[in-house]
Amino acid sequence: MRGLVVERGGRQVLRGVDFSLTPNLITGLLGPSGCGKTTLMRALVGVQSGVTGEVTVLGQRAGTRGLRRRVGYVTQAPAVYSDLSVTENLRYFAAVAGAPQHRVGEVLGEVALERHAGQLVQQLSGGEQARVSLATALLTVPELLVLDEPTVGLDPVLRRDLWALFRRLADAGTTVLVSSHVMDEAVRCDRLLLLRDGRLVADEAPSHLLRRTGASDIEHAFLAIAESRA
Amino acid sequence: MSARATLATTRRVLTQLRRDHRTLALLLLVPVLLLTLLRYVYADRPVVFDQVGGPLLALFPFITMFLVTSVAMLRERTSGTLERLLSMPLGKGDLLLGYALAFGGVAVVQSVLASAVALGFLGMDLAASPALVVLLAVLDALLGMALGLFLSAFARNEFQAVQFLPAFVLPQLLLCGLFAARATMAAPLRWLSAAFPLTYAVDGMQQLAGSGSFTGDLGRDLAVVAGASVLALTLGAATLRRQTS
Repeated sequence: MRGLVVERGGRQVLRGVDFSLTPNLITGLLGPSGCGKTTLMRALVGVQSGVTGEVTVLGQRAGTRGLRRRVGYVTQAPAVYSDLSVTENLRYFAAVAGAPQHRVGEVLGEVALERHAGQLVQQLSGGEQARVSLATALLTVPELLVLDEPTVGLDPVLRRDLWALFRRLADAGTTVLVSSHVMDEAVRCDRLLLLRDGRLVADEAPSHLLRRTGASDIEHAFLAIAESRA
Repeated sequence: MSARATLATTRRVLTQLRRDHRTLALLLLVPVLLLTLLRYVYADRPVVFDQVGGPLLALFPFITMFLVTSVAMLRERTSGTLERLLSMPLGKGDLLLGYALAFGGVAVVQSVLASAVALGFLGMDLAASPALVVLLAVLDALLGMALGLFLSAFARNEFQAVQFLPAFVLPQLLLCGLFAARATMAAPLRWLSAAFPLTYAVDGMQQLAGSGSFTGDLGRDLAVVAGASVLALTLGAATLRRQTS
């Protein structure tokens, strides 16, 4: 991603962002709410309009037809049909994405939702609905997985399990980009992108960031960087 | 285009509808009840019942599919599922055709039921065969669906989507020839009426009521209704943007 600028409603939401993602790594996109995390992810997936600059994904321009199977995107709000069961949702999206039907059972296991397979999505808790949405994105075994705040509102056990899943996916060769506004999730990432006011203010490993700023945790590191720039 | 994605969309839309018992009941029973009501309004004037009831067989599927589709598409937009679908390898044609097959199927059931009750129990007397009545009703349903799909792109919420019915459908209804014969209208109104697709839907049903054979006028009506549906679907497809702000 080079020189990414995104305008929405006459305002520059992203003001020149450059970075590249590495396979086998979990990259965390951190920053306060409203800093442009979602817009950046949407530009990467190719669903954001008003984009200038160069966004290349797996060798092709973002949003190109050939990428739609290879990129998985999970929005912050679960984008699934609440009046269908978990399995019905997954079967439908598998047909649309051209994924084999046996993937339905596999992804159910990956997000630990086998017990709820027959239930309507609207009867599930918020965290369970988020996992249905995540499972949908895993159907095609994407090479790039873009996750917008996937662990919001989850209990600590589930959060740990989901991060373990992200780690397994990354180890299997998937490039994973996870956004969060919770700074304590940063330590689980291999690499951090700190976004503030539409600009990247840091791009490095968590340990390196802590050493460079002399801060005790990522929250303080973020504060140190924000104040040094103000 | 992929047949698998199209048929999966049809199945998904029908499953959602099947879960919603009340909507399904309203879709299928309201036309029957309204026709029954009309039968007793014109209890001593069966000819008027034929003249007004016939076109209603064309209007019910049009209006209900317009409403159901605009709300269904609006839901797809607001729930994020439309964005997800468009970020997947799904052709817009697959989505539209999937919807058309699902709602077309519902329209067949709806109009078979309404025609059966009107012709069988309420004594409605149409010259044409019931099969032609159902064919025209299904085309009208698809027209309503296509217009609803297109207009739903301009609605931000359910309030607006539902208000599109009086805004876009009532003017067509007033000028379609049901309330006043088109020949008696002032020239500008007649032109406007000629530009509205619903005029041809209602005219087609009037043709079916009056003549048992397939007339040239009926052929024109069917062609205009089908053509307008295709046009609206094409415009609707253009409103499905893969990139949004």
